Amino acid sequence: MRAPQAASSRFTSAPYVLVAPLALVLVVFFGIPLVLVVVVSFFDLDKFDIIPTFVLTNYSELLSSPLTYTLYAKTLKYALIVWAITLVIGFTVSYFLVFHVRSILWQMGLFLLCTVPFWTSNVIRMISWIPLLGRHGLLNQSLIALGLADHPLEFLLFSDFSVVIAYVHLFSLFMIVPIFNSMARIERTVIEAAVDGGASRFRVITDIVIPLSKTGIALGSIFVIALVMGDFFVVKVMSGGQSASVVAAMSNEIAILQYPPAAANAVCLLTIVTLMVAVIMRVVDVRRELSG
Amino acid sequence: MVTRSSNGRPWTFYALAAFFTLFVLFLYGPMSAIFILSFQGPNGGLTFPMNGVSLHWFGALFAQQRSGDFVGSFSRSITLAILVLVMTVVISIMAGLAFRYRFACATAVFYMAIASLIMPGLLLGLGVGLMFQFAGIRPAWFSSALGAQLTWTLPFGLLIMFAVFSRFNRVYEEAARDLGARQWQTLWHVVLPILLPGIIGVALFGFTLSYDEFPRTVIPIGSRNTLPLEIWAMTTDVTSPALYALGTLTTAVSFVVIAAALTSIALIQRRRARRQRGHPDARRGGAEALPRTAGVRVGADAGDA
Repeated sequence: MRAPQAASSRFTSAPYVLVAPLALVLVVFFGIPLVLVVVVSFFDLDKFDIIPTFVLTNYSELLSSPLTYTLYAKTLKYALIVWAITLVIGFTVSYFLVFHVRSILWQMGLFLLCTVPFWTSNVIRMISWIPLLGRHGLLNQSLIALGLADHPLEFLLFSDFSVVIAYVHLFSLFMIVPIFNSMARIERTVIEAAVDGGASRFRVITDIVIPLSKTGIALGSIFVIALVMGDFFVVKVMSGGQSASVVAAMSNEIAILQYPPAAANAVCLLTIVTLMVAVIMRVVDVRRELSG
Repeated sequence: MVTRSSNGRPWTFYALAAFFTLFVLFLYGPMSAIFILSFQGPNGGLTFPMNGVSLHWFGALFAQQRSGDFVGSFSRSITLAILVLVMTVVISIMAGLAFRYRFACATAVFYMAIASLIMPGLLLGLGVGLMFQFAGIRPAWFSSALGAQLTWTLPFGLLIMFAVFSRFNRVYEEAARDLGARQWQTLWHVVLPILLPGIIGVALFGFTLSYDEFPRTVIPIGSRNTLPLEIWAMTTDVTSPALYALGTLTTAVSFVVIAAALTSIALIQRRRARRQRGHPDARRGGAEALPRTAGVRVGADAGDA
């Protein structure tokens, strides 16, 4: 291991050896599967058997079905609504923690309070809304008891409303953490200078805090959009089967072994997500933020 | 900043504090409803009011009749999570060390990790499932599912290692080398101990993300379920508080793991802070690197994800 001094400044195999396990896992369990999904999207299907040929029928059927466009529109709508809400929450929460909580101990404590649910089960966190929002749920019971409603509100559960609530509940963390990180790096002296120069609280936010936390905002946006676009279980459970998303439809196809059409759908979805991510990355240099 | 006067806080503080409190209630409120409802009496239903208080539904979990293979799936989940933890920690540390050098295809590996992170889980599972099908290998929780989960935990591990190394002061390493330590000695006795809090963070992510993983695991799991898949099956056909009891149990396990990780990080930090105070010399050289290396801001480290 202990190379002669001169050699260490020239070529060394150390980084290649060190990065090999990571690269291997990523190639085998991410790269190859991704390629296979693309390949299978061109295969033909005979009842339940995959026939390795090259056909475009999966794509032509997908793109000629009006249902496809409804699903994609629905999924995009969810993504945009959830993105907007989590952005407001993420920014406000981070702003409070970074600029208003004075003690670093309190700051870390409250930050951890926001992150702990991330390390628990998403499925459980999702279904925990059911006893609250249901027809006989806590919310309806309270509304009726308070005289604010005379019959249970039906739209609370198994609706777009409950789907969005669950998404925001599950994913707002992915917005808070990156924004918090970029905000925590803002030099206090810059803000003090602005305040001394007579800037209002609002100008400080628009002219300093937002521009300096834009990498965090971009990173959070990528996570939230990708997570919502890729979700299938929240929309299945929380809409009570009344709504669907692209991946939810795909999971139904997979359940009945219709792999080639599902793969074609997957390729389309991945293309759209990649384009959205690429647009965000073009606007903001995310890599610098990530690699510290 | 805005609060420059030492007496009192501006009205925005109270407005934002109220917002934050509401958000925390929003985060934890629904979970606590589940915990309470899991103690329903034997005749209780899925919603409030409570119909007596009992441990009936926890007992029902172990009674096997309706809850499927709870014990088996639980032990599989724990075993798998420990496997994923060990692999995530080792591979992430190695990769973190690798990225301190310049090397060809560093950018490619980095972007592949990020792409793997934001890849929709079910699609990745589909791909892994197809790969095993074509290779003629039966998918199983310890092979295909393990690999699928690593594509989720490793990117987090890598990002945490980036954050940890970006605060690491190389002076310690150089000092060790000057004193004649070999490369692995420097790593084992100097670098890794300093990075320990961050490494515990990686372990926490490895364990919990695997233990609760669902979308990537659902297709390549093979014939024997992990706990989240068992829970998923229950959401569709179990309509009793047994589901909540299971949710309470699995969340309790998560909380124990989180508490253990955070407590050990806090203890390490405390010990370091004490030693620093004892050694005035240490403060000059290392105050910047040692206490802040990873632990105090482990939340932020985790956050770089």
